[in-house]
This record gives sequence, C-alpha cells and structure tokens, in this order.
Amino acid sequence: MASRIVALIIAGLVFGPLALVALRAEGWGVDWPALRFTVTQAALSALLSAALAIPVARALARRRFRGRGALIALLGAPFLLPVIVAVLGLLAIFGRAGLLNRTLGTELSIYGLHGVVLAHVFFNMPLAVRLILQGWQGIPAERFRLAQSLGFSARDISRHLERPMLREVLPGALTVIFVICLASFAVALTLGGGPAATTVELAIYQALRFEFDLGRAASLSALQFAICAAAVLLASRVALPSGLGAGLDRQVAFGPAGWRRIADAAVMLAASLFVTLPLLMVAQRGLPGLASLPMAVWSAAGRSLAVALASTALTVAAALALALARRRWAELAATLPLAASSLVLGTGLFLAIHPFAAPERLALPVTMLVNATLALPFAYRILAPATARIEADYGRLADSLAMRGAARLRWLVLPRLAQPLGFAAGVSAALSMGDLGVIALFAGQGGATLPLMVQQLMGAYRMEQAGAAALLLVVLSFGLFWTFDAWGRRAAT
Amino acid sequence: MLQLDLTVIWDDFRLTADWTASAGERIAIIGPSGAGKSTLLMAIAGFVPVQGHVRWNGTELPADPGKRAVTTLFQDQNLFPHLTVAQNLALGLSPDLRRSDGVDEALERVGLSGLGTRKPAQLSGGQQGRAALARALLRARPILLLDEPFAALGPALKQEMLDLVDQVAGDALVLMVTHDPADARRIAGRTVMLADGVAHPPMPTAALLDSPPPALRAYLGA
Repeated sequence: MASRIVALIIAGLVFGPLALVALRAEGWGVDWPALRFTVTQAALSALLSAALAIPVARALARRRFRGRGALIALLGAPFLLPVIVAVLGLLAIFGRAGLLNRTLGTELSIYGLHGVVLAHVFFNMPLAVRLILQGWQGIPAERFRLAQSLGFSARDISRHLERPMLREVLPGALTVIFVICLASFAVALTLGGGPAATTVELAIYQALRFEFDLGRAASLSALQFAICAAAVLLASRVALPSGLGAGLDRQVAFGPAGWRRIADAAVMLAASLFVTLPLLMVAQRGLPGLASLPMAVWSAAGRSLAVALASTALTVAAALALALARRRWAELAATLPLAASSLVLGTGLFLAIHPFAAPERLALPVTMLVNATLALPFAYRILAPATARIEADYGRLADSLAMRGAARLRWLVLPRLAQPLGFAAGVSAALSMGDLGVIALFAGQGGATLPLMVQQLMGAYRMEQAGAAALLLVVLSFGLFWTFDAWGRRAAT
Repeated sequence: MLQLDLTVIWDDFRLTADWTASAGERIAIIGPSGAGKSTLLMAIAGFVPVQGHVRWNGTELPADPGKRAVTTLFQDQNLFPHLTVAQNLALGLSPDLRRSDGVDEALERVGLSGLGTRKPAQLSGGQQGRAALARALLRARPILLLDEPFAALGPALKQEMLDLVDQVAGDALVLMVTHDPADARRIAGRTVMLADGVAHPPMPTAALLDSPPPALRAYLGA
C-alpha cells in the first residue's frame, strides 16, 4: 500500500512538471546548436572515459599489491564529489594560471568543448574502470588457468578471453556515461558557455534566469526530456552493469611479467594522480582561507546540510518502500527519475509555483524534493538486491512465525538491511549536498546553497574564498557519506 | 487429526497424498531425493499451493503460513542471526517481540540455560537445533514439521536431537522428512513412503523397513 503511494508520488513528481513544460512550450522548434553540442560532448566523454579506463581496469584486474583495495575505493570517490569542487580542482591544474601552464610556460585555455569533456572524463573514467573491472573479474579463474596450461601468451589471452568480455561490457559502460553526460549542467555552466559550448540544460538555465523567457525555457525542457527519454530507452536495450558495491576481490593471477608490469604500474599511477591531484589542489588552495570564511558561506553550508538531510530521509524511505514491494511497477517507478533532469524538473516546478508565489521563497523545499527524486534510482539499486536476498534467506521463516508489517520491518528487514541502508543514505546525502542544478534556477539573494555559493564566488573571481568554501563543501559531502556508511556498518554487526 | 487429501502440480511434477494422522503420532517421510518429501511438508506448512484439502480436526488450514496450526523447522535458516537466542525464541510467542514469558523455561527444557543472550553464530550446530526446538515449544502448535533440520549433525548428535524432539513435541503430531531409515526407526511409529508422485499412507515403520516394497527397496539398496 505504502509502496503504491510512493510510486504514484514519484510518477506525479516526474510527469507533473513535464506536463506543465509541454503546455507552456512555445513551439517545438529544436535548438540545433545546443542539441549538437550536448550529444557531441556526451559521446566524446563516453568514448574517452572508456578508452582510458580499459588499461587501468586491466592493470587492476591482473595485479595484486598493497593498497589495491584503497585504489579501487578511491575510484568510487569522484561519483560523490561535488561537481563544482572538481571543476575548481581541474582549474587549478589545467586552468589559465594552473599548474600545467605554469610548468610548461604555455597559455592553454580549459574553457570550451575540451574542458567540458575533460571534466566529464575526470568523473566518469573512474566509474568506467569499476564497471570494466567487474567484467574482468567476471571471467572465471578456471578460464585463466586453462589459458595458462595451454601456454597462452598475453596476446592470446587478450584475443580469446579479454576482447570477448570487453565486447559485452563496453556497450553498457558507454551507455551509462553517455546518459550521465547528456544532463550535464554544472560542468557546462562553469567550463562551457557561449554559443559554441552550451548544453540544453545550460540553455534552459539561461532562458529562465537571464532572459526570463518561460516559453523558451519550456521548449528547451521538452527537448531535454526527449533526449533523456531516448537515452533511457537506448539504455534499456543494452545490458546495463551496476557499478555500486559488489565484491572486487576475486583472485585472478595472470599478470604477465616484463615491460607490461612497468606499463601497468605507470597506468595505475597516472590514473590515481588524475583522480587525486585536483582534490589535493583544492585542499591546498582552500586551507588558508578556511578560518576567515564570511558568515554567508557558513549559513549556505547550514542550508545545504538541512536540504541534504531532508532529501536523504525522503529518498531512503521511498527507495525502501519500493524495494520491499518487489514488483515490476516498483522498479519502473524507481527508474523513472533517470529520464528527468534537474533543470527539466526545476523548470516544471518553476512554472507551477510562479503564478502563486515568488519561486525564490520555495528554493530550498524544491531543491530538496528534486534532489530526493533524482537520487532515488541509485538508492533503489543499492537496496533492491539486498531486500531480495533477505526474502530469499528468511522470508519463509518470517512467514511461518507470522511476522508481518511493522514487526517484520523492525525485527527482520531493518536490522539485516542496515549496511546497504547506510550506504544508500550516504550516497543520497553526498549527491544532494554537492548538487548544483535546480537551486541555480530558484535561489534568490541570500538563499544560496554551498555549491551555488562556490560558483558565485568563482564568478566574482574571489578565488581564495571559493577555494576555501569548496574545501568545506567536499569535507561536508564526504563527511555525510562516511557518517551514514559507518553507521550502517556498525549497526549491521 | 490431520486429514490430507491433496495434489501438488508444478509443471510436470505431480504429488498426491490421501491419508490421515493423529495427534501425538511420530511419522517419518522417506523416499528418493527429488521425490517431493520437502514439497509435501511445505504444502502442509502453507508455502506450496495445493489442490484439495489440508484439514486439522475437520477445519481447513488457513492460507497464511503464520496462522496455521503448524510449526516448521526448515533445513537451515531456522534462527535470525541478528537477534539473540532469547529474541529468536520470543518470536514464537508474538511476532513483534512484546512477550518473553516462558523463554527461560523453554531454554532450560532444551538444555540451553543461560545462553539466551548469545547470537546464533555463537552456538554450535546442535545448540542451534535446540534453540529452534525451544521456539517450537513456545509456539505450542499441534503439528510439528521437520524438514531434515539436523541433517548436518553427526549420527550421535542427531539421535540425541531426535530424542529431544520426541520429548518436546508431547501431544503434537510430528511429521519428519528423512533420508536415513535409522531416523525413522528411532522415533517414528509409522512411516510414509514417497515414490512415483504418491505419498503412500503411513505404515508401521519396522514392518515397512524390514520388508520394503520394490520402490523403497531400490532406494534403500537393501
């Protein structure tokens, strides 16, 4: 019953704004430059991320060394990193006055298509590594032993074992990254812009925020929805991998010696530098200013925390209700938000609120609601397999003891689900904490969240304060994730 | 009295049973693996849909397994690992753990005095079986179903557990699946032979095992 209501609310939250957008759209003309750029950058980002990820995944799959687990965990970090923080870190390295230009004495610019793609690769290459690594570990160890007993060379192994696996895994990984990058807003906002580098999401923001052209914003939102829906349909035809959780420790001993050993080490070193260096730069640049942050930044942090905690509660409750329903329609409802984007939902809600109240007065509740909706697919994917396992292992025993409803939830489901619940809550909280999407549409004077505050400080070229605020943001995001995750682990023992 | 008049159909699997058993009886169910011993038990417990009737003293058993006049000991997973032994027992009194009267006495009767605060993982296999039996004691249902819960125990320990079952069950009807004729001889007065899709009416155990019909002889290898 509860899960049906949740499913209906989610359908309403996704389709309601869409209906408003469709009603208000002024003409169905397509903004071709924005569409072209959106698809181009997403395709390039997906291809580059996957191409760079393959050697890293292979090195991780065939080598065993101290710190390997930590490196794999590190590759999960960009997924939770606030986009604006990563952008600041990348600017510190690749920007006009960044590390690279100063070392080489060049004046390369990071703004434009290549900057957008670079940021997307920073986020998605690690994700691709984790997805492809699962493919490698899905090859049975016996197969490798057989290959060794037949005297296969590294090239033979690649031809008979690895390439067939990649042909199966890559379409899914490429699709996931392509879909993620289609709805890119914060990266395009900070590193793109101008007629040559504007995504549809960014165009929606500009139409609403600068031109206050509601009709054009609605048309663009309809276009963005069409793109996302097409991408989700495409994704449903490809076998999608799930990069969250999963044991990554099975033994496959097939690391060839010689130069390949050095190459693997170099690849892994480069990948870890690529992921950690921007973060270290943020820490180094932000630390001095942390003590003298203005009050406005602290109150923005407070607003962000409140939004993150409230949206986490909503997301986890909804994901749990849907996961417990264990029905096809529940899974469908949990997947629905993937077809919506932050700015499309935001535009729809803006249209709904605008006639009745000043949108900036509802900025925080709307942000909370949109964040909760958009995090739902991830939380659901974490909880659903775990609830299915609980039913398989203990469902009959609980049935035979007449444990139903609240008793079953309290004495069976919640205790056994504590660990995935903590993980799901941590992911939702970090995603919401770092989100820079719908809040940019709604926030008025003095109502910014922390990510928006960082972006505004950057825009005002107050880089030291921006750096310090970014450091605070990343500490809070990872702190939230760590707190929830550790709570889940502790409760599970 | 348990009155069975049922057919289970699953794709091309078919199982029928048409017989009765009285309160206080100990009945073994024996037969080749895959013949449907567990299926018969799960049908009585309410986990497998049946055509026909499963009645206790003339009344049809309710559809909800938790409301049936039945306690089931499964092959494994009889205890929740996250709850203490005492909490696992108290689930036999009320599913929301609001009552705990009699838990200590039940623990004492199965020889687990003082172990109520432990988690199941801190018990040996035999002790886990005892805890599950203690909960059956608290549930006090007229039918006790054993789906080989002691199969993983050594022979001596298993005999000990069967004796405990006999003692704990009291007036309840016990139906136990087994693949070991020694188990049947140990406590079961009558035995059901299950072969070729039919659960035959219970026969006196000694007579059945001493001169088994052909289907059972093939299984026993005697």
